[in-house]
Amino acid sequence: MLSKYNIDPKYKAIVIGGSAGSFQPITKILSMIPADFPLPMFLCLHRLKHVRTGFEEALSIKSSKKIAEPLDKELIKRGHVYLAPANYHMAVELGNSISLSTEFLVNNSRPAIDITFESASYNYRDKLIGILLSGANKDGAAGMKRIKERNGLTIVQDPNESMINAMPNSALAVTKIDHVLTVDQIIEFLLELDKLLKNQTSLP
Amino acid sequence: MSLSLDPEINELKQLTHYVKEKYDYDFKEYAMSSFKRRIKRILDLYKFKDVDELITALDTREEFFEEFISEITVNVTEMFRDPTFWKALKEHIIPNIMLNHNKISIWHAGCSSGEEVYSMCIMLKEMGMLDKAKIVATDIDRGIIQKAKNGVYSAKSMDTNKKNYLRYEGKFALEDYCREVNNEVLMDKSLVENVSFRKHDLVQGSSFSKFDLVLCRNVMIYFNQTLQNKVLHKLHDSLFKYGYLAIGSKESLIWCDIAHKFVVVNNEEKIYKKIKD
Repeated sequence: MLSKYNIDPKYKAIVIGGSAGSFQPITKILSMIPADFPLPMFLCLHRLKHVRTGFEEALSIKSSKKIAEPLDKELIKRGHVYLAPANYHMAVELGNSISLSTEFLVNNSRPAIDITFESASYNYRDKLIGILLSGANKDGAAGMKRIKERNGLTIVQDPNESMINAMPNSALAVTKIDHVLTVDQIIEFLLELDKLLKNQTSLP
Repeated sequence: MSLSLDPEINELKQLTHYVKEKYDYDFKEYAMSSFKRRIKRILDLYKFKDVDELITALDTREEFFEEFISEITVNVTEMFRDPTFWKALKEHIIPNIMLNHNKISIWHAGCSSGEEVYSMCIMLKEMGMLDKAKIVATDIDRGIIQKAKNGVYSAKSMDTNKKNYLRYEGKFALEDYCREVNNEVLMDKSLVENVSFRKHDLVQGSSFSKFDLVLCRNVMIYFNQTLQNKVLHKLHDSLFKYGYLAIGSKESLIWCDIAHKFVVVNNEEKIYKKIKD
């Protein structure tokens, strides 16, 4: 396959953030990536604080992968998809575990995308890919800036395609984003990455 | 979230080491990601350039230490957080305890600003059991204990509390237990007149009594696994055999070495029962 995105195979994890208008894009992405996609993914999507159940099931319906809300201090496993639980922030801890917290709302949100992105970038440094989807506030922009500062890769959903473009636009305003992509292109990107990582591991 | 430089791990280690030496508070085994955010918040709030400046401030102004503790341990909570948890207490756990007791002893370990203590007292009052309960509420932070005793909350925070109470399906209305004065809500203090609020350090303190029910919800998430394990031993020591332990809905005992001394009573609400001494 011709390399379209020129991806470095160094990446170890993916964080995805979204808010209003991100449910359809994320569902589509999860339905298109293969079940054995090797990297762990952390999803931080704004959600109702008091509705604890139903969201992981809703996301899992069309997904090739099982989506699970982690327990505090759960160890991160290859290829697993973790969803930030309602009313908890979700952070990546050094030493590859997940910490939850009930600290203050950040950007009026709990879970806050900035907390997931920032902590993941601290742990994975330049080996992290951040993807920010449609949303109505600026949560995630500071996190994307951090990922970029640590030489990770940043992708936002094309504001022209986003149902609500405040979130991708906020990220574009504070840092130089590597790729501005439509949802279909994000999927194409992830499939290329998947091939790359699998070829790499099958080499002698 | 501001974008000043992050404190690095070695700086945080210096700080925790210093605080242990000078003030005998031990944050060495706190979960690093949230501890780092707290320290960063203090740096931003007090305009310290870096962790060294914070250490200097702690060294020269001992009165600053209380503020430091408040910032490190500040924990946001709600009345009737997870209404289904409170329903489980009301419908199953409390009635079970009362099957063979005429009194009930309860410990709120890490009570923070007291929202759960008021929730408990309201629930017990509506069950006609408040006078049968001996309640102890502890926290490491003196300032926050005073706040819990005062029972004064922002009117804004009451929106969430009222919604939670409705979902809990309480007998009356939350407004019946408080009154609003100048954008603040004053809780009815008679609710907590028999509650003993005390300072207690879960990390370094030891078990001080035995209880039928211990609530330690969303407290241990700020600790690393090693410390969670140590604290669970103290909670275990503080429970009567067949007493109940409640932790946060996304916490777990699975990785603790004495997990087998408990059985799960309600997995959704993370309520456990001690079955072995």
